[in-house]
Amino acid sequence: MKKIKLLSAMLLAGSLFISCSDDDDSTPAIVNEEELITTVKVTLSPEGDGADITLQLQDLDGDGSDKPVYTVSGSLAANTVYDGSIVLLNETESPAENITLEVEEEGDEHQFFYTVGTGLDLTTEYADLDEDGNPLGIEFTVTTGEASTGTLTFTLRHEPKKPNDDTLNDAGGETDVEASFDIEIE
Amino acid sequence: MYMLLYAISMLLFGSISPISQDCDNTLSGTVIDLHDSSVLSGALLIVAGTEQAVQTDVDGNYTITGLCDGTYSIQVSHPYCLTQGYTVKVSGNTSKIFRLEHHLEELNEVTIKGETYQREAKTIFKNKISTEKLEDFSNGSLGDALNSLSGVSSLNTGNAVVKPMIHGLHSSRVVIVNNGVRMEDQEWGAEHAPNIDVNSIGNLTLIKGAGALQYGGDAVGGVIVADALKVPVKDSLYGKTLWNLASNGRGSSVTSQLTKSFQNGWYATAQGTVKRYGDFETPDYVLSNTGIFERSASLHFGLNRFKYGLEGYYSFFKNEIGILRASHLGGASDQLAAINSDRPLVIEDFTYNIAEPRQDVTHHLARLKMFSRFDGLGKLSLQYDFQRNNRLEYDIRVGDDADKASIDLELDTHTVLLDLDSDLTDEINLKTGLMARYQTNFADPTTGIRRLIPDYDKYDLGGYAVADYDMSERLLLEVGARFDYTYMDAFKFYRTSTWESRNYDELYSDIIVEETGNQILTNPQLSFYNASATAGATYSFDDEYKLFFNYSLASRAPNPSELFSEGLHHSASRIEMGDLGFKSEVAHKVAMTFERKNQIFSFSISPFINSINDFIVIEPTSIEQTIRGNFQVWEYRQTDALLLGFDLDASYAFTENLRLDHQFSFVKGYDRSREEPLISMPPVNTKNSVVYQNPKVNNLQLALQSEFVFRQNEFPNNNFEVYIPQTETNEIVDVSTSPDAYHLLNFNSSLDFNISPKSQLTVGFKVTNLLDNSYRNYLNRLRFYADELGRNYLLNLKFNY
Repeated sequence: MKKIKLLSAMLLAGSLFISCSDDDDSTPAIVNEEELITTVKVTLSPEGDGADITLQLQDLDGDGSDKPVYTVSGSLAANTVYDGSIVLLNETESPAENITLEVEEEGDEHQFFYTVGTGLDLTTEYADLDEDGNPLGIEFTVTTGEASTGTLTFTLRHEPKKPNDDTLNDAGGETDVEASFDIEIE
Repeated sequence: MYMLLYAISMLLFGSISPISQDCDNTLSGTVIDLHDSSVLSGALLIVAGTEQAVQTDVDGNYTITGLCDGTYSIQVSHPYCLTQGYTVKVSGNTSKIFRLEHHLEELNEVTIKGETYQREAKTIFKNKISTEKLEDFSNGSLGDALNSLSGVSSLNTGNAVVKPMIHGLHSSRVVIVNNGVRMEDQEWGAEHAPNIDVNSIGNLTLIKGAGALQYGGDAVGGVIVADALKVPVKDSLYGKTLWNLASNGRGSSVTSQLTKSFQNGWYATAQGTVKRYGDFETPDYVLSNTGIFERSASLHFGLNRFKYGLEGYYSFFKNEIGILRASHLGGASDQLAAINSDRPLVIEDFTYNIAEPRQDVTHHLARLKMFSRFDGLGKLSLQYDFQRNNRLEYDIRVGDDADKASIDLELDTHTVLLDLDSDLTDEINLKTGLMARYQTNFADPTTGIRRLIPDYDKYDLGGYAVADYDMSERLLLEVGARFDYTYMDAFKFYRTSTWESRNYDELYSDIIVEETGNQILTNPQLSFYNASATAGATYSFDDEYKLFFNYSLASRAPNPSELFSEGLHHSASRIEMGDLGFKSEVAHKVAMTFERKNQIFSFSISPFINSINDFIVIEPTSIEQTIRGNFQVWEYRQTDALLLGFDLDASYAFTENLRLDHQFSFVKGYDRSREEPLISMPPVNTKNSVVYQNPKVNNLQLALQSEFVFRQNEFPNNNFEVYIPQTETNEIVDVSTSPDAYHLLNFNSSLDFNISPKSQLTVGFKVTNLLDNSYRNYLNRLRFYADELGRNYLLNLKFNY
């Protein structure tokens, strides 16, 4: 008798467990990656006259199968100084989320690095600082030399060593963005 | 209880002399053991009121003469049994079988010998780890304890995530049975350690093959059975406390357990463990963020009677594990920098803090079981178990998401098992059973990261039958079969680009539920039918030599990770792709063991061959550009695999006190379609130890162990090239080359002190990696980034009471 009671108690407990965990039939909520950077937009404005040059890298599916798309709006003029700025966007959200603001806010944990490929005659310089007075790199200047071609790479590192000697090797940290553009100086 | 009954019956009947005219009746019969019906010779039967006493002969038979018609009280006693009183009604010549509880000899022993677990295959050689041996690993993990056996290696992620690997196979291919419950703890992930506290286990059995059809037919690699210690049926209260202190990790673990048992069969055991370590260290640097904080508790209670019984078990396990900071990477260029550096790129001062990246896993397990024996049918048992596994994985995240988990999975599993164990004849035993399981996985979308494992419901139904036949005293034959049906109902979001690039839009367009933005919600409903079987024989040549032969067929349905993976796996810093079209893996394994058991020289040699069709492997296929740089894409695919090797164990006693132990394991794994080696196969290794033992000097034990691990020289080449803008060069990222061979020395010692007649203190001192060697282990997934642990001094105190 005792056994039968126990048996029924157990079955009851079992069925309770099962019925509790039975979810309703609604479909799961979609997840759009929150920290995703889909777009890197670099604007180069010549000091003095001339049109802005934009460099853009866009990868709307993040780590999905589609390849990132690079667009460069034109070539740079020789022997010119450009004021540069970088905007990072998450365009999977609507309206697009401006991630640059977050980078700026946590400036002490981030830094942009500019890598100039061989053959390309230009120099870069930081034009902004984080809260500790170290370079951050959202704002910068580009000074072009003679006509040439090559790559210009923008790398955003997260938690780099700060201060550093402004090279990637010294800074360490983790790569959040890596964008290499083919640049032509005319 | 029995004594009380006896006293009452004595009062009631014993004092009243039966009055009757006819007093030449005989009472005859046998005295047998309650449990296995073996005859008990030398049992003493005393008839109250007549002062008559007889003993049973060698066949357990007795005859009492000169009895009158009426009721007698008879006391039956035997040196190894509880004395019991019976009332017998005599009418003419009467026969009666007395059954005694044959338990007493077990009570005097610390470990209870005998086959406490008879459900596994009897024709596979089994390795066991005793309680005492397990206590050596009190501060470690289940994987560490198993690693001490030949043929078992571990797939590590750092030093705290230790996954057992049997004959080269791990994760979903190894079934772990914890106290009669098959563990459902998201074992598919290579970086998911089993959620068991090694201190909650009484003894551990390892079956290198699919030998436990009761728990599933999918154990392609093997089965690990963890059991609680059997509690004796007597009034008793006992327990133990173990305290460990380790220099490396600067941490400690405390575990305590207490058991209360009653002579009427009721018992309860409570146990708890707390383990806390800070950052571990190599000989040269701190392994930043490798701390552990583990808490667990279990409660075990039940009623143990011969005819029926009841058992309840609940365990709680929570583990927070830091993952080496330097292993957290952006893209392939970070990976290159980390691999090319001798030292980890992040080394900070020692701390107990566990920061991101880290894992936080909680596992609840509850089980209720009852059994009853029915004459002519056998032992019928019914079990219900429930498990809840919550896995949180934290990556380094920024901004508002900084403290949010990247992975938040909750897996609930309900299982009902009905088993029947029946002795058809004295020689043939048949076990049959049915299983029904419901599992549901919930991936919390609030992580803000696309789900690694989708939401799914899974239903399993299984049935099995295993028969063994004692053909002669020397030969035992065994056959078994199992059939499983699995139905999986998942909700999976695919990225439109991936969906199309994999041609799923043509293959599986019917499973689309809705399309939103750049994602497609699908509802895959998959069914798998799996058959498994085992057949084998055990032959004893004489008392020393024994031969085991076993063939097993195992089939495993693909796991959710293999089916649904799609996207970046942060902890592996690679993009992983599953395949919706996978079918079940089918393995044929032949294993043999030739064993000699002898006081002086014992050995066992166990060759095996395992041929696996549609083996699911993950391997690199391409490089994918993302905004974070390049990532390697690893895709699951099915191929035919062949694994073979052997394990060798030997022990030689020079004198009574001095012994040499030897272990050697050899495993090779090949992908037969590609004609190349399989990845992550354990390198050849050997362990040799000299053990000195002196029971006269406080049971002194001294052991020096040498462990040599050869270089794994067979591995597939998965290296890839990545363009590095700084140097404008293409560099090879070497994720394939195995590390060099290494040699470790370990020292172990212990002394026992009797504090009181009922309590004992054991003091142990241990040093691992005595020579403080720097080395890397091929089976550690973080081997690219850091060395293994340096020297570790361990002090442990064990108090039995």
